[in-house]
Amino acid sequence: MFMQLYLIAVVMTALSGLPALIGMGTGKGERVAAYLLAAGCLVGLGGIIGALFLPQPPGVGLPWELPGAHLLLRLDGLAAVFLLPAFLIGGLGSLYGLGYWPGSRYGMGAGWLRVFYGLLVASLVVLPACRNGILFLLVWEVMAVSGFLLILAEHLLPEARRAALIYLVATHTGTLALFGLFALLAQVSGSFDFPSPGTLAGGTGWASAIFLLALFGFGIKAGLIPFHIWLPEAHAAAPSHVSALMSGVMIKMGIYGIIRVVSFFATIPVWWGWTVLILGAVSGVMGVVFALAQHDIKRLLAYHSVENIGIILLGLGLALLGRSYDLPELTALGLAGALLHVINHGLFKSLLFLAAGSVIQATGTRRIDLYGGLHRQMPVTALCFLGGAVAICGLPPLNGFVSEWLIYLGIFQGQTAQAPLPLSLTLLIAPTLALIGGLALACFVKVYGVTFLGEARHEWPKPVGESPLSMRLPMVVILGCCLAIGLFPALVLPLLQSAEAAWRPGSVVSELSIGLAPVGWISLSAGLLILISWSIFMRQQISWRESLPRPSTWGCGYLKPTSTMQYTATSFAEIITGLFRWGLWSEIRQVGSRRFFPDSANFSIHTPDIILDRLIFPLSGFVSRIAFMIRSILHHGIIGIYLLYICLTLVFLLIFVLGF
Amino acid sequence: MENFANILLLLVILLNFFILGSARLGACIRSVALQGAMLSLVPVLLHHGSPHSLILGGAALLLKGFFMPWLLFRAIRQVQIRREIEPMIGYVPTLLLGTLATAGAFIFSDQLPLIEAHKGSLAIPCGLATLAAGFLMLITRRKALTQALGYLIFENGIYIFGVLLSEALPLMVEAGVLLDLLAAIFVIGIVMNQINREFASLNVQNLSSLRE
Repeated sequence: MFMQLYLIAVVMTALSGLPALIGMGTGKGERVAAYLLAAGCLVGLGGIIGALFLPQPPGVGLPWELPGAHLLLRLDGLAAVFLLPAFLIGGLGSLYGLGYWPGSRYGMGAGWLRVFYGLLVASLVVLPACRNGILFLLVWEVMAVSGFLLILAEHLLPEARRAALIYLVATHTGTLALFGLFALLAQVSGSFDFPSPGTLAGGTGWASAIFLLALFGFGIKAGLIPFHIWLPEAHAAAPSHVSALMSGVMIKMGIYGIIRVVSFFATIPVWWGWTVLILGAVSGVMGVVFALAQHDIKRLLAYHSVENIGIILLGLGLALLGRSYDLPELTALGLAGALLHVINHGLFKSLLFLAAGSVIQATGTRRIDLYGGLHRQMPVTALCFLGGAVAICGLPPLNGFVSEWLIYLGIFQGQTAQAPLPLSLTLLIAPTLALIGGLALACFVKVYGVTFLGEARHEWPKPVGESPLSMRLPMVVILGCCLAIGLFPALVLPLLQSAEAAWRPGSVVSELSIGLAPVGWISLSAGLLILISWSIFMRQQISWRESLPRPSTWGCGYLKPTSTMQYTATSFAEIITGLFRWGLWSEIRQVGSRRFFPDSANFSIHTPDIILDRLIFPLSGFVSRIAFMIRSILHHGIIGIYLLYICLTLVFLLIFVLGF
Repeated sequence: MENFANILLLLVILLNFFILGSARLGACIRSVALQGAMLSLVPVLLHHGSPHSLILGGAALLLKGFFMPWLLFRAIRQVQIRREIEPMIGYVPTLLLGTLATAGAFIFSDQLPLIEAHKGSLAIPCGLATLAAGFLMLITRRKALTQALGYLIFENGIYIFGVLLSEALPLMVEAGVLLDLLAAIFVIGIVMNQINREFASLNVQNLSSLRE
């Protein structure tokens, strides 16, 4: 029954874009498309949640003509963790698009956007359920290509074309690795159908090759450093609700792939866990440092995705180490933290992207340094952004805290007396995680403070106002979900347990609820925290006297303060980016003198991506120069010689055939 | 029947040498046409007149024996040339190379792991030798027309291989190959006219100024 619901939902989402194409120009078709997608997502949510209560995960298996392929889908707990955000964010994003990307403004482009958006959502909701390698690759490509077309939504801008091209190259490099991965997997397990968890031998060379290919192929999609090159560009160039879906859900498919692939193995070598931990730590710290240095709001959020992928990997690394050292508590907590962070990041990052989109639509720019004092015109957006910011910094009472807290618990769980020495090194993860949290907090103080607080910095061509209901409603719903998980983590524990049962053979059920993770305390303290802060706020409101003049922020008591006296985003972040100059390699351009009577001065700072702009582009430039040199020798325009090349190749191949 | 086919194949090799050593374009075109026409008989002979081979042979005869020579004669009438002058390698060295290649083809085909039915068949060395002759023609000659002829000889070589497989090869594939050839000859005909108009000669060397 629930499987049928789920399948209906998949078909509805996949076809949802068509009404928008047919009924273009009326605005009616677009609304039908949005409601169809939202309804499909509701049906799908119902199906997934219902399926969780069944004793056995429901599935469907049909034969297929393609060699090695089956239409094999199954909705187990691990898939559900990734499917729930996909359905939720997909449906809400489609409603958001009604206000953000309406046909009245973008014409036919809005219709096509709906088509590709529906396809992306459909592929995202099928992918975690796939249990056959070939089916998985097909759906994976649908996802990759529809993502590419969505990034191209504003294809008239060279920036969008560049972003789409980089994305396409990156995603297909990953797909190449995945082809190798599934071929090897079929070699080892004997079939393209996924093996059951814990059935393959882990210590062999094949297993290591599979793990490394998964880390590379899925890592590109997930965006871990150093494979994150496509992420900042693509998230910045795509429409905001698409960025929300990509950042919140699509990059998680990379995480899903890694988690699913390691689940096939019975034993996990120690170095797997350490590799994942180190990659996670690097992604987490460098992601947030690069985020601090950005002044484009969507690029900044994109780097925060890299950071959060790092946090997820930290949890996963702990879980893998728990498997290697046979510590079930460590595995349970690490995996629970990682999976809950997958859901949480899906929620709060899409909330942030939607709120950022609302600001961008009101102001028409993505440059943070131009914003200022927007909370007066856009109170709902400001509140939602604040909620997302608190969540992403891992602060109570929102959901980001819960998942990071689980990872912290896991770290301390590993420090038992009988733990082997290398395992106690995981204690270093705790300060790393704290550093990430602190830097994220600094970054969001910067963004929120500069964007919503203070005074307006810029004269906008048209008055800035709150966004329409179709954009506010999805944000408020997601904020509600964030708050619900933050206040009542016990709600998601059964989901996490069933996911662990699907991940680990013979795992101990209901480990989390008994003692390991005292979530009741979280609810209590989060509730108290809200109560206390609310009462302090109300007290201030009551004691506020109308007669007091309202000074301008950062006015510093000057007689005539101007808005340019405020901290800008760049100057605020400089305190921290200065510390990380060794890793950022920012380009600083400064014109002007520092004499007693200053004349006109100019300062600008730009932080290109260290991997893409400093490594890959110079490297590919070098390779192409060499290729040009070789070409100028081989390519001289004499047809006879070209034919000689073919002839020589043929002779060589004939000799080759004889040799064997 | 088998013997007759073998005689035809030997004639094909002889014609290869004639074409490689001849400077007169008209004679070359006629020889290539004759070669194509003879080859179109081979599948009919080898497969004892099965309908499949009849269709194939008929189509090949029409195209290679009549239509393409007619196209090429028309082309040289239009551009007013009779002879290939100054090939990149002289005629005698080309002939020597052709002999070496033919000998190599016979030696090579002895080494090939073939199925029982094709062991000792003349078709394989003959096909290889014709391929090599086509290649030699393509590499050593300068005029666009002789290049077209080289291409045709080359295709004849492939055709000889195809004969061995003609029972297994679907008709559609064969028809596709023939159609390809026809299109290619058309294109070369057009290119010839264009080169002639642009450079007042047919030398494909002039095309090297078009490279990037």
